Amino acid sequence: MPNVTIRCFAALRERAGRSTWDEVAAEGESVGALYRRLFPPGDLPVAYLVNRVTVPAATLPSAGDEVAFLPPVGGG
Amino acid sequence: MRAVIDGPIDVAAVRAAVSDPGFGAILVFEGVGRDHFEGRPVRALEYEAFPELAGPVLAALADRVEARYGVRAAAVHRTGRVEVGEPSLVIAVGAAHRPAAFDACRALLEALKAELPVWKKEIYDDGSAWKANAPAGDAGTPEVP
Repeated sequence: MPNVTIRCFAALRERAGRSTWDEVAAEGESVGALYRRLFPPGDLPVAYLVNRVTVPAATLPSAGDEVAFLPPVGGG
Repeated sequence: MRAVIDGPIDVAAVRAAVSDPGFGAILVFEGVGRDHFEGRPVRALEYEAFPELAGPVLAALADRVEARYGVRAAAVHRTGRVEVGEPSLVIAVGAAHRPAAFDACRALLEALKAELPVWKKEIYDDGSAWKANAPAGDAGTPEVP
């Protein structure tokens, strides 16, 4: 079961009460499933990044990966 | 000059970064804190970035716009608390002629609003809310390469 580092921002960071932490992903748990488990019900749409690269929700993380959940952006 | 910084933006320095004797047009765009949203008073804004990613993304978007339009482009986005009237984003574009400068400036602005990993919170008298950018929704928006 891979150990990954979670990164989250903005509304998700406030909800988690922290911006980064280590998490154990279950065997076969995709980044999308990880998001729904950590932020139930997972209704805020997010972009998934693994090691700073955008990936599909079905991506399986590997040990040591950084998994980031990005809410819709609001810069400008 | 391409950066995401935590503190006031030196607008003159962003402009100076695109100055060139061969340029007949220099555009400076400032996105500034607005005191209302849909009729509700806004007291200040707070911006948060994915710090390791925001700077490289901003630089890559500026590079793309430079290549597409044949201009020189600089941009700085600010994080942290931004008061009403203060700039949160400054874009400067220098070009030989005005059409490319206007098109490139708008293209870079829209690309940054769509892709830069930065988030905005509006601060009200009685609370706050994170606000995502709406799509440009404007058929006249220049192409983003």
